[in-house]
Amino acid sequence: MRRNSYSASSDSGFTHALSSEITSPAAYLQRRDWLKQLAAGAAGASLAAWAARNAWAQTLATRPGKLAPLVGGPSRISGANTMEKITPYADASSYNNYYEFGTDKADPAKYAHTLPIQPWTVEIEGLVKKPGRLNLEDLLKLSPMEERIYRMRCVEGWSMVIPWVGYSLSELIKRVEPLGSAKYIEFTTLADAKTMPGVRSHVMDWPYIEGLRLDEAMHPLTLLSFGMYGEVLPNQNGAPVRLVVPWKYGFKSAKSLVKIRFLEKEPINSWGRAAPQEYGFYSNVNPLVDHPRWSQATERRIGEDGLFAKKRKTLMFNGYEAQVGSLYAGMDLKKFF
Amino acid sequence: MMARIALAGLCLLPFGWLSWGAFHDALGANPAEYLIRSTGDWTLRLLCLTLAITPLRVQFAWPVLAKFRRMLGLFTYFYAVWHLLAYSWFDMGLEVSDIAHDIAKRPFILVGFTAFVLLTPLAATSFNRAIRTLGARRWQLLHKAVYLVAGLAVLHFFWMRAAKSNFAEVWLYAAVLAVLLGWRVRRWVQRTKASQAI
Repeated sequence: MRRNSYSASSDSGFTHALSSEITSPAAYLQRRDWLKQLAAGAAGASLAAWAARNAWAQTLATRPGKLAPLVGGPSRISGANTMEKITPYADASSYNNYYEFGTDKADPAKYAHTLPIQPWTVEIEGLVKKPGRLNLEDLLKLSPMEERIYRMRCVEGWSMVIPWVGYSLSELIKRVEPLGSAKYIEFTTLADAKTMPGVRSHVMDWPYIEGLRLDEAMHPLTLLSFGMYGEVLPNQNGAPVRLVVPWKYGFKSAKSLVKIRFLEKEPINSWGRAAPQEYGFYSNVNPLVDHPRWSQATERRIGEDGLFAKKRKTLMFNGYEAQVGSLYAGMDLKKFF
Repeated sequence: MMARIALAGLCLLPFGWLSWGAFHDALGANPAEYLIRSTGDWTLRLLCLTLAITPLRVQFAWPVLAKFRRMLGLFTYFYAVWHLLAYSWFDMGLEVSDIAHDIAKRPFILVGFTAFVLLTPLAATSFNRAIRTLGARRWQLLHKAVYLVAGLAVLHFFWMRAAKSNFAEVWLYAAVLAVLLGWRVRRWVQRTKASQAI
């Protein structure tokens, strides 16, 4: 098996610095056998169903992007394993919004090979007992990797189903011990004018910033992701570490994180700053609250819905209402859009 | 005759490619978006070509070009029809109420739709008999609406790209159309002066 190292060309993805962290081919294949056994009925029905589609997906799409493998175990988190058809890897890795590399959906795949992912550190700042600087190797070891198959709904009206690899952001948050006064988290992403052509343009203020309420960030579905489709993240999808918040519009899931800051007051996220009347802080997927310029009632599933198919209905909280609805109990979702 | 057939073939090439791509899943991750945008791009390109005929004909004393203007104009309309159809069908599922709602909600859709509506009578009166029936003067006056259509088309494109502040292509089309319209204004001014001098 090819082992990518940090000195390899940057478009080959990123890997663990520790060779012990790299899944051996034998273990990888063994795991697939284990999954198939699970699927054959060795475990509970829901886990078996997960294993079946997982084994299926991995058999069909082993190392679809030829990047370093990063395999996650099954997740027991409610809502973490949608049974919907997984979007083809080619679509998920070629149709991206990552404005730092250009505003066209094809730009990130074309230009993100320059993303300087080595070495990578994430700063922890603000209202925490243990601020500091975590390097990627530490983050990768912080908690066991899980596979989470999430719907991803873009605010523009399209969606995908992506098998992410990572662990709940809450694992990291617990580790750094937020103070009682911490109520929000601000996520800052990389803005490197030298390597990111979009940062040299003036599409928006850089760096790109996102935010979550602490209880949203602590929700087990909120994922700190390092991989997808059994591999490390392709650069255009936000390597080496990104946020995935499946019940919010995609732009809330900030890519290529460099700083996580704990705050008392609600931070201003980049889209909220650029167009406050169009993009709220919460930006929960909500078919009942239209974007000022278009309807949010329906969506097109990329790679699945045919050209002549009607667009499918968008689900409240992107279908995660059972899991996250209580976070917003009593809130006017038209006001806090 | 051969030249006109060849030109028609050329004008149909993008349509051929898009149709082939649509049925062979070769238009990327979001074929609906690709078709809507490409048909819009080709409408603008053919509009620029149509409006370039007269300046090129006069400037280079190349009268044979006049033969192609009508065909290019009709192909502009052809791609405009597909642009509107692709949007109505692939984006709106041919739901008339959704389309009406969208036109009211999005100014850039309204502007594009208006441009299409204005272009329709021009396409409908592009036959010799229509020119005779209307009379050359009135026909010409009616067809001056194409300049309004050009302005609206660029505004439509500008507004669509405004969400991402991605204006490079918009400025390109705007510049081409500005040159073509500027040439006409200059000629009009020169002619007016010339007639006053007499």
